Amino acid sequence: MLVPWINQLLQGILLGGLYTLFATGLSLSAGVMRFVNIAHGDFIVLVCFALLVLTTALGFNPAVATLIVLPFAFLLGFGLQRFLLQRVVGENVLLPILMTFGLSIIIQNGLLEGFGANTRKLSGGWLETATVALGQGINVGLFQVLTFITAVALVAVLDLLLYRTGIGAKIRAVSDDVAAADLIGLSSSRIYAVAMGISFVTVGIAAGFMSVWTNFDPASGPTRLLIAFEVVVLGGLGSLWGSLAGGIVLGVAQSIGGQWDIAWQTLAGHIIFLVVLAVRPQGLFPRYG
Amino acid sequence: MMRAASRLSLILARVAFASAVAALAAAPLLLNQNYVVLLTEFMSMLVLAIMWNLLAGYADIVTVGQHAFVGVGAYAFFGFTALRGFDPYLSIPLAGLVALAIAVPAMVLVFRLRTAYLAIGTWVVAEVLMLAAGKLDAFGGGSGSSLPISIVLSFGRARGDRLAVIYWLAFALAAAAMLAAYLLLRSRIGVGLTAMRDNEEGAAAVGVNITYARILCFLGTAPFLGMVGAIITLQKLRIAPSASFSITDWSVFIIFNVVIGGIGSFEGPIIGTMVYFVLRQYLSGLGPVHLILLGSFSIFTILVERRGLWGLVRRMLGDDLLPIAHKPSPAFRANALPE
Amino acid sequence: MITATTSEPLLTLAGVSVFYGNFRAIDQVDIAVGAGEVVSIIGANGAGKTTLLRAIIGQAERVEGRIAFAGNDIVGSSTEAIVRSGIMLVPEGRRLFPSLTVEENLQLGWEVGRRGNIGFDNVYHLFPVLQERRRQRAGSLSGGEQQMVALGRALLANPRLLLCDEISLGLAPRMVAELFALIPAIKSGGMGILIVEQDIGRSLSVADRFYCLLEGRVSLGGRPSEVSREAVMRHYFGL
Repeated sequence: MLVPWINQLLQGILLGGLYTLFATGLSLSAGVMRFVNIAHGDFIVLVCFALLVLTTALGFNPAVATLIVLPFAFLLGFGLQRFLLQRVVGENVLLPILMTFGLSIIIQNGLLEGFGANTRKLSGGWLETATVALGQGINVGLFQVLTFITAVALVAVLDLLLYRTGIGAKIRAVSDDVAAADLIGLSSSRIYAVAMGISFVTVGIAAGFMSVWTNFDPASGPTRLLIAFEVVVLGGLGSLWGSLAGGIVLGVAQSIGGQWDIAWQTLAGHIIFLVVLAVRPQGLFPRYG
Repeated sequence: MMRAASRLSLILARVAFASAVAALAAAPLLLNQNYVVLLTEFMSMLVLAIMWNLLAGYADIVTVGQHAFVGVGAYAFFGFTALRGFDPYLSIPLAGLVALAIAVPAMVLVFRLRTAYLAIGTWVVAEVLMLAAGKLDAFGGGSGSSLPISIVLSFGRARGDRLAVIYWLAFALAAAAMLAAYLLLRSRIGVGLTAMRDNEEGAAAVGVNITYARILCFLGTAPFLGMVGAIITLQKLRIAPSASFSITDWSVFIIFNVVIGGIGSFEGPIIGTMVYFVLRQYLSGLGPVHLILLGSFSIFTILVERRGLWGLVRRMLGDDLLPIAHKPSPAFRANALPE
Repeated sequence: MITATTSEPLLTLAGVSVFYGNFRAIDQVDIAVGAGEVVSIIGANGAGKTTLLRAIIGQAERVEGRIAFAGNDIVGSSTEAIVRSGIMLVPEGRRLFPSLTVEENLQLGWEVGRRGNIGFDNVYHLFPVLQERRRQRAGSLSGGEQQMVALGRALLANPRLLLCDEISLGLAPRMVAELFALIPAIKSGGMGILIVEQDIGRSLSVADRFYCLLEGRVSLGGRPSEVSREAVMRHYFGL
């Protein structure tokens, strides 16, 4: 009697792992550069299609393809920030929003033009269908567990990077006060580019797991963005571990909502988000105040 | 100092503008039905552009979710006329009021966020409303409903008459939207908003309560968006969650149009919407490429000429087409420093 | 023409003008600072003192004229390059990174600058309280302690020329006295120091030479001992 609910709860928690993967890149770029990349979800989808090409045309398996893609993802993020987004940083808050919005539409339609509107999915082989039995009829998917573990590991690694390395201190410095950083000779434009590069590496990892976990098509970007956004706000702006909590909350909300009525799945997530926004706008674990 | 040549071209431009308005008022009498349909669409999109520009270009509130209120207006209109049997004409402003009513709690929620987060927050609200609309069985659930024939006919028995009436409703709404925006921008609040856009401290010095101004703008645009939703329903003759709440039609295109036309200016939305329709004539056959081009064009605009096409034109004309900006009196100018 | 104490000045500004848009904030200024010399720039608010320092460090938008550091023209160089070549700024208002620890703030100074004689030991010796508080978030320190961190950060960059922007601002007089008492020790290592201050008495007491800035122009310059207090006041206020 209780078992389906427990299964759904566990599913939700593990789904939270995937959602956290979506969100970490956004949390990093928004926290450091103080603007939200509206094309974030679309870049995840872009990488998914890149993985599609690598796996179908070149025959790599998804894990290897993801590893291959990661350095390119870094370069993409670095280049995007350095050559395009840096031009609209700072002055007017409107411009980065509009620019990334334009990018979002371009990517969606470019993918549509190039790949068509069909939904795609990568095959994870045996890994995808394997389950782990926890007793009492409670089962969890192995791939889902792997995703969750990766999410936790990623947050831990980013935490280490930010708080225990030199580049991390520099990233936190420009995040605190970019003008001061420039005054003492820290090149904020280069540090921003590095931060964006790191953000895009997480985008690559997220795409690697998402492309196997679920279907995707050129128009899937916006929903990923909304998920990432809700996770970041739920968890508390500026907090990476908070994003993990936020992801779990969202995943569980969707899972329980879906168990009750499948049509309520997405709506349940949005509603939880709006409720938390109304009641505790600073999020669950805000870094500031 | 304005030279005689640019002063002349400014006068000519203003005369041209006035003539165009007069011609548009008489459009159904002058043009065939296809053009009337097209112009009705133009009027609807113009209202949306003016409203988005008011929020993003003046009040510093970027939204990516105004399609929420368009959809609310569409569904409210359907509810009043088809489900409750209200007078169809009356249902249009009523739809606007419903949009306003929804805008209040929406505002309370999204104003807890700032800038880009606010923008996406409005998007979430739109998603929620769209999903909720899809759950309303009385409105046809996920696939929507058609507008009953009786209601359609109440706007005119002959198709030509109907199209004319709907066009004039759209035209009236567009005129009202322009007038409202014009009055707001010339009022003390409008001066304060423009000041805030250029310099936040200056705005406080003018004595304008910024929060109040933003609330006023956000709520003020809602009824117009709702009424556009009603008019769109009259054009499409049906409601459906994805169509009535279409982010592409009522947000994406609008944003591109205003950016390309010139954000933060009165003329920008007009120019942008015109450009959109011209481009659509030639490009819509290209499908997704159309949007790629629009997107690229707007990014290019942001990088090169922030004030859009109108910014370029203004450099030539030397002044605004419609006198929004307050100018110092001639006596003051006589004492001014030489350029 | 003011000449520096050493034959070849460390820093020379020749005919330098700095613009904000069309507004000329600094107008045709000539200034020199020698190695091991303390030069004060005094002037009222809005006279252009901070603008001058920003122009030297490479953070002014439009600069005309010549700024020579150790013989090389640095107008147009990036701040990163300028800092690496040996000029470091202690910004007005401290401008520490509040969420970073004291140690991390200092470390940044170490990383952006040159290698030289000054290390963490020297800084902790100068400011013992910072060693105690080194793991604390910089934002939680008092004003005086923050100023020490800002100064320490700049020193760790091993500059040949130190630019100090209003380091007395917002500090208790006793704190200011302590900080200024350190200046002779710092300059004895051969470092040139350019100090910008509103507090005339303080700044003239440590200066070898000074310039008075009025509305973007040098209105007076010389040695504190050679110029009367009354003349200074006149040129400070432009009377």
